[in-house]
Amino acid sequence: MAILDVQNIEKHFGATRVLEDISFSLEQGQALAIIGSSGSGKTTLLRCLNFLETPNQGRILVNGETLFDAADPATQREAEVRKKRLHFGLVFQSFNLFPQYTALENVTLAPRLLAQERPDFKQNKKTILEQIQAEGQELLQKMGLSDRAGHFPCQLSGGQQQRVAIARALALKPDILCFDEPTSALDPELTGEVLKVIRALAEQKTTMIIVTHEMAFARDVADQVIFMDGGVIVEQGPARQVIECPREERTRQFLSRYSEN
Amino acid sequence: MFLTVIGALNEGFLQTLKLFAVTLIGAIPLGLVVSFGSMSSFLPLRWLTKTVVWIIRGTPLMLQLIIIFYIPGYVLPGGSPWPSGEGGRFLASAVAFIINYACYFSEIYRGGIQGVPVGQQEAGQVLGMTKSQIFFHVTLLQMVKRIVPPMSNEIITLVKDTSIARIISMQEIIWAGYAFLKGSHGYSGLLWPLFFTGVYYLVFNGALTLLFGWVEKKLAYFR
Ligand SMILES: Nc1ncnc2c1ncn2[C@@H]1O[C@H](COP(=O)(O)OP(=O)(O)OP(=O)(O)O)[C@@H](O)[C@H]1O
Ligand SMILES: [Mg+2]
Repeated sequence: MAILDVQNIEKHFGATRVLEDISFSLEQGQALAIIGSSGSGKTTLLRCLNFLETPNQGRILVNGETLFDAADPATQREAEVRKKRLHFGLVFQSFNLFPQYTALENVTLAPRLLAQERPDFKQNKKTILEQIQAEGQELLQKMGLSDRAGHFPCQLSGGQQQRVAIARALALKPDILCFDEPTSALDPELTGEVLKVIRALAEQKTTMIIVTHEMAFARDVADQVIFMDGGVIVEQGPARQVIECPREERTRQFLSRYSEN
Repeated sequence: MFLTVIGALNEGFLQTLKLFAVTLIGAIPLGLVVSFGSMSSFLPLRWLTKTVVWIIRGTPLMLQLIIIFYIPGYVLPGGSPWPSGEGGRFLASAVAFIINYACYFSEIYRGGIQGVPVGQQEAGQVLGMTKSQIFFHVTLLQMVKRIVPPMSNEIITLVKDTSIARIISMQEIIWAGYAFLKGSHGYSGLLWPLFFTGVYYLVFNGALTLLFGWVEKKLAYFR
């Protein structure tokens, strides 16, 4: 069974249709890359998955459980939506780290707040917090940032900030980690370090959805690729096939812009 | 004579400080409530709050003070709700000042909250935080950092505005200084005590300026 099943998602802002009849599924441990030109609806799709936007139509299932159904208001209640978000993680294009907290605090803040809801939090407060702290350190180490744990975001380079953001998203152990153009805000010489950690996550079979303009990266790291244009999925299939010999004319046109330079 | 004057001025300044402190204690949290009202997605509440803020900011504090002190005495069946004497005058002043300053603060807060990028709130949402967790753990400190300069302006203005309470004869420092001109403590026609009150304001505002500078520096560790 697919870990994620997206069925017929539609989203409009007023009269503009931004997503139309989006359906796809994703297997546990797979990486899905979403490519497409600016304005094709990639960000909006990730925002729908993370409950930052409410789709007008469609359903979202995780592990067979219906998390969202546009036809069923009971699936859209604020208190439950908050819990459902935890199935997904989102890494933003612009990092959105909390500037007043250190790298480590950025990673541990949400787990600490969440732990307060545990029934045994009062009794085991100290051990729980120590464990969160240790897990945070470990995540930063995985991102190659052990020596930056005490630094504030403004003291870190863009690439380092984005790696902290990835650690922050991983700290809640989401089922599916989403990346929205994780390297687009970075100087070219910094994209490599971020792509490297995402590649390592793919090797460890992290289930991921990656919106990216890095075609070679999508081809090498993703299992599946979706090409979107004008709010619809034009083509989806195995990464190598979609990027190296696309079936659709529109995909070919889009990709040719990348091979030229 | 000097000691008599200083004693009287000190007493007046104590009343000034009291009004200043009580206003801050009341208006800082009340301002937050008002700012939430003015940002509410419930339209009637938003318009009501905005109208109140418009009226309070659009009319002189002196007028509001007079209305709050005198009008209830005319309209309430039980007469004026304010206790007689200096205590009542202080209470009425405190109420007027808190309402007035809460409205000014609310607009500063609103600017501060809206100045925090939406991405901060969304990052918190995606991490499963509740609205109040996002406010207290993510937005609040960033907002505080943004509002320190406009708040320090407003607070320094408040120090001087306390003298407006003289209109209902609250015995703050200007009232105390002026008394020596009009005649009191066996002196009259004495002008310098009134001018000397300026020294109190200057020293106190100097200390506040240092304090705000320190707070700004404390918050300079993040951007
Ligand atoms: N809140 C909104 N209100 C109105 N229109 C919106 C809103 N958000 C996005 N849109 C529109 O939806 C369309 C898709 O936007 P989206 O950001 O999803 O594209 P994208 O594929 O991520 O583009 P890019 O590659 O530039 O990031 C655009 O035409 C955009 O103008
Ligand atoms: Mg986008």
